[in-house]
Amino acid sequence: MMRDSLAVALVFLGAVSSPALADDAKELKVCGDPSNLPFSNEKREGLENKIADVLAKDLGLTVAYTWWPHQRGVVKRVLNTGRCDVMLGIPKGYDPVLWTKPYYRTGYVIAYRKDRKLKIHNLDDPQLKTLKIGVQVNTPPHDALGQRGIADNVVGYQLMFDSNYHAEDYPGKLVEDLLAGSVDVALVWGPIAGYFAAKQAAPIEIVVLEDRPDSSTPFAFDISMGVKKGNTALKDKLEDSIARRHDEIVHILKDYGVPLLPAADDKARGKGAR
Amino acid sequence: MMLKSSVVAVIATLVPVAAHAQATADDPMSLQSDDAQWVIPAKNYSATRFSTLNKITPDNVKNLKVSWSMSTGTNQGHEGAPLVVGSTMYVHSSYPNNVYAVDLAKDAAIKWKYTPKQDARAVPVACCDLVHRGLNYAKGKILMSTLDGQVIALDAKTGKELWKVKNGDPSKGETITAAGLVVKDKYIVGISGGEFGVRGHLTAYDINNGNRLWRAYSTGPDEELLLAADFNAANPHYGQKGMGTSTWQGDAWKRGGGTTWGWYSYDPALNLFYYSTGNPGTWNPDQRLGDNKWSMTIWARDPDTGMAHWGYQMTPHDAWDYDGVNESILADLTIEGKKVQALVHFDRNGFAYTMDRTNGTLLVAEPFAHVNWASKIDKKTGRPVEDMSKRTRQGAVTKDICPNAMGGKDQQPAAFSPRTGLFYVPTNNMCMDYEATEVKYTAGAPYVGANVTMKPGPGGDLGEFIAWDATTGKKVWGIKEKQPCWGGALATAGDIVFYGTMDGWFKAVHAKTGKLLWKQKVGSGIVGAPMTFLGPDKKQYVAVYSGVGGWFGLPVSQDLPSNDPYAALGAVGLAYKNGLDKATTKGGEVYVFALE
Repeated sequence: MMRDSLAVALVFLGAVSSPALADDAKELKVCGDPSNLPFSNEKREGLENKIADVLAKDLGLTVAYTWWPHQRGVVKRVLNTGRCDVMLGIPKGYDPVLWTKPYYRTGYVIAYRKDRKLKIHNLDDPQLKTLKIGVQVNTPPHDALGQRGIADNVVGYQLMFDSNYHAEDYPGKLVEDLLAGSVDVALVWGPIAGYFAAKQAAPIEIVVLEDRPDSSTPFAFDISMGVKKGNTALKDKLEDSIARRHDEIVHILKDYGVPLLPAADDKARGKGAR
Repeated sequence: MMLKSSVVAVIATLVPVAAHAQATADDPMSLQSDDAQWVIPAKNYSATRFSTLNKITPDNVKNLKVSWSMSTGTNQGHEGAPLVVGSTMYVHSSYPNNVYAVDLAKDAAIKWKYTPKQDARAVPVACCDLVHRGLNYAKGKILMSTLDGQVIALDAKTGKELWKVKNGDPSKGETITAAGLVVKDKYIVGISGGEFGVRGHLTAYDINNGNRLWRAYSTGPDEELLLAADFNAANPHYGQKGMGTSTWQGDAWKRGGGTTWGWYSYDPALNLFYYSTGNPGTWNPDQRLGDNKWSMTIWARDPDTGMAHWGYQMTPHDAWDYDGVNESILADLTIEGKKVQALVHFDRNGFAYTMDRTNGTLLVAEPFAHVNWASKIDKKTGRPVEDMSKRTRQGAVTKDICPNAMGGKDQQPAAFSPRTGLFYVPTNNMCMDYEATEVKYTAGAPYVGANVTMKPGPGGDLGEFIAWDATTGKKVWGIKEKQPCWGGALATAGDIVFYGTMDGWFKAVHAKTGKLLWKQKVGSGIVGAPMTFLGPDKKQYVAVYSGVGGWFGLPVSQDLPSNDPYAALGAVGLAYKNGLDKATTKGGEVYVFALE
């Protein structure tokens, strides 16, 4: 247990597509996951690929990718070694990197097929004691189920997968299984569920889980970009660019069906959704 | 006793060449009784790491000098010990798992080198440094496993591959770091990767062709656990059939951990094979309420069929990562006037267990390190009596848990001397805090996990090398060490015990008193286990790997930055605070010592 916090700084001997020694001033060097929609893939179909294009255009740069699965070690082996300079969507507070001001906020959701008419609005719905629930192992909703003693009817999905070799095991598999009927309910990261609804017209209900004041386990997270610790120049540049291109970025997020929540700051000041 | 073992040693010096030539006697069962050689990881099937060689004595050990040394070509942690078969030493390294055959008759010239072709995807998923715990010799073959999950047989004479098979898939988090053990015609191997929800198993391969003969899982339905009809007949309260699934919720047993990366032992008379399983998956205990059988379990299986005759779970429903994989040493002891065929196990959870190895009955269970998560083991039920305030929970802060997740003892194997009746145990003295949640990220999704702070145990020294009386469960003597004792022990009939420290000292102490007799600083910290053999010149040699690493040594072996104390699961903070980076540098080497 607890090994998820292991930071391994290893000499990785595998072959990866690494950009040639590029002129840093002309490229936005992105650490991209080669196969993890809706976020990113090598065909540049993900929402982060689109956001990268917007920022690069704004900064007068071209996008250059180092493709590397966003699994354990990505920061140590590609970001910190300078093979790429930015990870486009990491949770604010993710300690291995220097994070920008968050540029959107989203959360875990309850998803189920519309034709099931389940009308589940929160995790205390008694139906969750008997329905077959798919959930990503170790994520906040998995914890929340554990705290409610709900486990016998839970099917665990791993976030750990190798997009080079087992691309089919990507996190979206949970929503595919929901659509196929092998689970009744999916507790899944919002952008994944939203993508299936928005981009693939999947007939699913999506209910955003609300943070509970009595729990230290949050369901909603601020999403930032991440650069190597100490790279404040790029951080500042990205923050300025994000501010300039805010509307375009929000448009992309909405286009991909990301359930957008009020920014934590806005919420504190009582503002509505942006 | 003294006289008898001298005779054995003298005979042994004459045997090796002849034994090596005879195909019928070329198996570990026959060769292990010859103390000129060291053909399996723990010297013998009892895993005592005891040699009857006695030319090096408390009187002359001060004259021990480096005879020769050799770089292994890699820089990560070097656990385990080299082998000596006839006049050849077989040296292994950390990833990419180089193997060298070194000719002891020709000034340690390299006869052959072998480096397995490996899948580099194994590297990022290896938990705790890229270690490898060693080789086995049997019938003209070197049997080995690789980090990327292959099981390989080499021709011992030429280093040519005879066969190789896949035992694990690194893209699913499965790796192999353990040495495995050859019993009869079977190479029995385990699997690592509990932190990825790998479902642990033990698998037997035919040494002649690599055919898979059986696989016994650590969790799941009975037919996959391979439970014999008389399973736990002597101790039904340890648990029965059906519990590999019923002590889990839902399908959690499918990612239930219970990996098998430790050292193994075997009793040929009982035909029972002993090993134990690691922590349950997933890491958050709330998500797997129940005992989580059979994680954290000492098993006794029939190596011919894999069927289990008994299993004893040490830490039900683990909440601390007290990975139960440590070795079980087999020794015949006298307890309260009764002769007992005992099994002795020093667990990560801080308790030393003395059991009847014929049926698993618990005889003695006492803490050998500072323990506060449980007050004792209830011998009637076999269960720990827990302090519930030390149980970790997601989102909660739990302070001062002892031992820490590295355990009262980690992989570093203990030794047993039948001459003193004592066990020699390298131990850790560390505690930990489970802190508030921290944001993590994988595959596009955020989640939260615990941060662990490692800290020194009582007294401040992080290690102690102890002598232990397993008949009473009491420490006889101890030597404090500044760093955790992460290297194994060797006991000899010369009444010397050898061990190495993470700050790079190789030490000889008196088996009866613990008095330091000799020490030598070597190139890098020691996390390997010493071994001894007779050279072609009939001199007694002692060999040990130097090459700091493993979980605690990871910050040095992989140059982890000191500004992230939680990295390497909290090892970074404590290792730097304790000056490990000032005490040693990385680099794999084998050192061979002899009397001048």
